[in-house]
Amino acid sequence: MDIKDIIKPENLVYQKTPLMTDKPLSYCPGCGHGTAHRILMEVIEEMGIQSETIGVAPVGCSVLAYDFMNVDMVGASHGRAPAVATGIKRCWPEKFVYTYQGDGDLAAIGTAETIHACNRGENITIIFINNGIYGMTGGQMAPTTLKGMKTSTSPYGRDIETMGNPLKMTELVAQLPGTCYVTRQSVHSPRNVRRAKKAIRTAFESQKGKKGTSLVEIVSNCNSGWKLEPVAANDWMVENMFPFFPLGDIKVDGKLVNNQ
Amino acid sequence: MKELKLMKGNEAAAEGAIRAGADGYFGYPITPQSEVMEYLMAEQPEKRTGMVVLQAESELAAINMVYGAASTGKKAMTSSSSPGISLMQEGISYLAGAELPCLILNVVRGGPGLGTIQPSQADYFQSTKGGGHGDYRLIVLAPSSVQEMFDFAFLGFDLAFKYRNPVLMLSDGLIGQMMEKVELREQLPRTTYFDRSWTLTGKPDGQERNIVTSLDLDASRQEVHNQHLQEKYRKCQANEVRYELLNTEDAEYLFVAYGSSARICQKAIQLGREEGIKIGLLRPITLWPYPAKPLAELAPGMKGILSVEQSAGQMVEDVRLSVGCGVHIEHFGRMGGMIPTPEEVLENLKKLLITK
Repeated sequence: MDIKDIIKPENLVYQKTPLMTDKPLSYCPGCGHGTAHRILMEVIEEMGIQSETIGVAPVGCSVLAYDFMNVDMVGASHGRAPAVATGIKRCWPEKFVYTYQGDGDLAAIGTAETIHACNRGENITIIFINNGIYGMTGGQMAPTTLKGMKTSTSPYGRDIETMGNPLKMTELVAQLPGTCYVTRQSVHSPRNVRRAKKAIRTAFESQKGKKGTSLVEIVSNCNSGWKLEPVAANDWMVENMFPFFPLGDIKVDGKLVNNQ
Repeated sequence: MKELKLMKGNEAAAEGAIRAGADGYFGYPITPQSEVMEYLMAEQPEKRTGMVVLQAESELAAINMVYGAASTGKKAMTSSSSPGISLMQEGISYLAGAELPCLILNVVRGGPGLGTIQPSQADYFQSTKGGGHGDYRLIVLAPSSVQEMFDFAFLGFDLAFKYRNPVLMLSDGLIGQMMEKVELREQLPRTTYFDRSWTLTGKPDGQERNIVTSLDLDASRQEVHNQHLQEKYRKCQANEVRYELLNTEDAEYLFVAYGSSARICQKAIQLGREEGIKIGLLRPITLWPYPAKPLAELAPGMKGILSVEQSAGQMVEDVRLSVGCGVHIEHFGRMGGMIPTPEEVLENLKKLLITK
């Protein structure tokens, strides 16, 4: 049997979504961004809303997200993606609008925009990639850097007394009446990838139902910034990130889950 | 039948935005321009035209909401006063870099810092020489009446879309707060056509997606983009210079003044002519592109030129650059929110240019 006899459309069990471009990803090998991009694009493909979707890219590792995501996109200045998304959504309430932001972008420089967009209940979806570090600029301390965690600007470990506490932005915005669906997921295992994808789908369905702001945090790795090999980085994430940033739904249909 | 209304400058700008077919206004309160958003909120343009109005959490958010709306081809506007405009500079640089059209109104107050809430013209450098980072220009319109606060909303959006560039309306607390008669224009329709060569409206099936960004990490391509911007600015300089002349035919002395200072100079000209001093006025309407050529042509016939500004002397640098050597040029201004009287302006013309 020749290989051409095997590679046929009817034998195809999986293929890359056409909503991901053919451009090679600029992310480090092992990074969770690529998977997060893919499941986001798969959801948009499956919902058939590519032509009605406008994405907002942040500043950070995913600053070039628009090179990989095959939808209309705008690059925001650092932290302002929720404001940019607000401007788009208010003028085009019938479109699907999402932001894709890292922890520095969303939870440090963009804290005000995040909280106020959520508090107004802007009918947008925020995808929040939290890896506890500034990856793009070379591994500096982020608002979500764990206590004691070493980064290039906390070389002796994050000292809570002088550097403050890691910020649980997702729990924080879940308290706001404007948010309808708030969840924390990860993409380090096939099971978690499926759950994260389902969460993104729920977020976009919430947007379709005009229910308010939906936010999907994805706790991710940064093997370059954490100075770990990819598999070790995922293990470290499970052992250290998940206890502080526990996975699961925080708010569903506008109601807080499990005494949050 | 003319539709006439007595309005504040800030209100006229807001009504002008609605009638010019603006799709969205995003702002944050600051004195002396809060009437812009107050008027819009009271007027409920959602019901009149479908225009959206949103009070943002900060000027940073407001200008970025404008950026988002503008990236989709909508007519977006914001307004603020000096400290708020300073906060917006990052966003304005991004708008210019990404070539997005929008209208920004600065009702200038005294600075630096928190300064005062009284009128000033000390934001001239910020408006015409950059303000934010990078090599970019704004088209800067300087209204000197409540009528122009209304009219320049139309002109501003026209120029913004013609050049795909932010337009700044540089007003001041005096023009913003005073009331005058305004002749209103008919309502223009809101945006219905979105040029798929650059706007984000969702990628149509079978067409390429659009990306709006100011980022290009390849320096050689970024230079080409910069060259393109400079070429656009040169076209602007060639085609969009606007100014007004008053009493220049027989003038021996020339005031150069814009905005509220131009109004004060009009009265000073009258007072001077009563004393036999022949004074004229060149009023730049576009501060960028600056009316350098008409000023240079007018200058050799003058015994002296007085640049009158409510600043320490910012526009006077452009007057000197335009005219060059050979003509006596001086600056007179008040600062920190103080408004010169016409008598004071005339006295200083005599002191600085005649008696020396």
